[in-house]
Amino acid sequence: MNPLVLWFHKLGSPPYFYRLAGRLLPWLWGLGLISLAVGLYGGLVLAPSDYQQSDAFRIIYVHVPSAWMSLFIYGFMALNGFIALIWRIKLSETLAMAAAPIGAAFTFICLATGSLWGKPMWGTWWTWDARLTSELVLLFLYFGVMGLYQAIEDRRQASRAAAFLALVGIVNLPIVHFSVNWWNTLHQGSTVRLFGPSLIDSRMLWPLLIMAIATKFLFAASLLSRARVDLLELEAGKDWARQVALADGDAA
Amino acid sequence: MTEFLSMGGYGNYVWSSFAIFAIVLTLDAVAPLLKRRRVLRELRGRVRRAQKRSEETA
Amino acid sequence: MNPTRKRRLVVISLILGAVGIAAALTVLALQQNITYLYTPVEVQAGKVPPDARFRLGGMVKAGSIQRAGDSLKTGFTVTDGDADLAVEYTGILPDLFREKQSVVATGRMEGSRFVASEVLAKHDENYVPRDVAEAMAKAHKKHEVSEGAPAAQ
Repeated sequence: MNPLVLWFHKLGSPPYFYRLAGRLLPWLWGLGLISLAVGLYGGLVLAPSDYQQSDAFRIIYVHVPSAWMSLFIYGFMALNGFIALIWRIKLSETLAMAAAPIGAAFTFICLATGSLWGKPMWGTWWTWDARLTSELVLLFLYFGVMGLYQAIEDRRQASRAAAFLALVGIVNLPIVHFSVNWWNTLHQGSTVRLFGPSLIDSRMLWPLLIMAIATKFLFAASLLSRARVDLLELEAGKDWARQVALADGDAA
Repeated sequence: MTEFLSMGGYGNYVWSSFAIFAIVLTLDAVAPLLKRRRVLRELRGRVRRAQKRSEETA
Repeated sequence: MNPTRKRRLVVISLILGAVGIAAALTVLALQQNITYLYTPVEVQAGKVPPDARFRLGGMVKAGSIQRAGDSLKTGFTVTDGDADLAVEYTGILPDLFREKQSVVATGRMEGSRFVASEVLAKHDENYVPRDVAEAMAKAHKKHEVSEGAPAAQ
């Protein structure tokens, strides 16, 4: 078998993944917190204030990275759900279900900070325009996936049912992203663009990108630490889980 | 410093946003740690019960 | 790939395809039916039923803002480039409300004027530091002066 496929199979084995994730976690938390500190300092102190919004614009340094993460994590969850449904890989089920609460957390931050920006700038906390409504639907999709997973007794059946819901909900992602182009909304269009120049001064842009990197690391760290615990719980009857519990008991 | 905290008069909105970000992500990071403690406690209980049972049958 | 997995793959792909098509059709339908706002030219073309509450969107025309000295009453003109509409509003305006800024006003027509019960400012996707904005404004002014000078004579 080719070495990559072999490594993939090895990665799918819970004890191997548990140990690997344990080794990676300190690095992920460290890199996440360092980039977070740099991004926050850049966004709150170094970036100049906007000519129209003054300092209220600084909310984008938490709002926009959270919005990106809300979509990114949903995509990650659906992709793992897809793998779980077809290949029945336990690790993919675990990763998909571990990602859901993190995605819901970022979606919540996105909505709450957007509201805090909207009040002074637009003049309202909330409006039912296409962007805001579809992002709210995204939050409910996350809640639906988490709720369905909790509602079914058998863990593996539960994760497959929830993965299916996650997969179907993926149609909402392009709606969230393109809503500002497809409809006349109160929400403005995209400022940072992958193709073509971004509509933001470079002194304001770099902390935003650092924050985007920081949230990626924080997501990865939270995901791995959740997946480790979930695997331990899922495989409570297995030998390796017992050994982990005993080793930890000696240390404590 | 006061000027920095006032954020051009938008201090309430800006600092509330950053506070929500910090609080929610802290909760997100702490949740698996708490669950880990519970799962490990249950696992150790299981191991102890299994040992007891094997001692009784022996 | 073994037959079971292949079957699962086909079933899931079919379901996803069906959901995707359904969503695309819904989006298309909503695009024609759900309008968040109307622009002045659409209002004047009679696209809005009379007495209906609706949202009016457009840019605040330069030099059109008139504030009453003794109350919160404000009058201004909303334009979309093709048509203008006079708007009347009593209340506190959002911080981003200013000339040449996009606004979304909710209210109804009273005669030829639009009486708003709520005015929201729409922000564009540009973020510019104050010093850059000032430099740009200076450059614009220079430009306008050199262009405007012959007309003034």
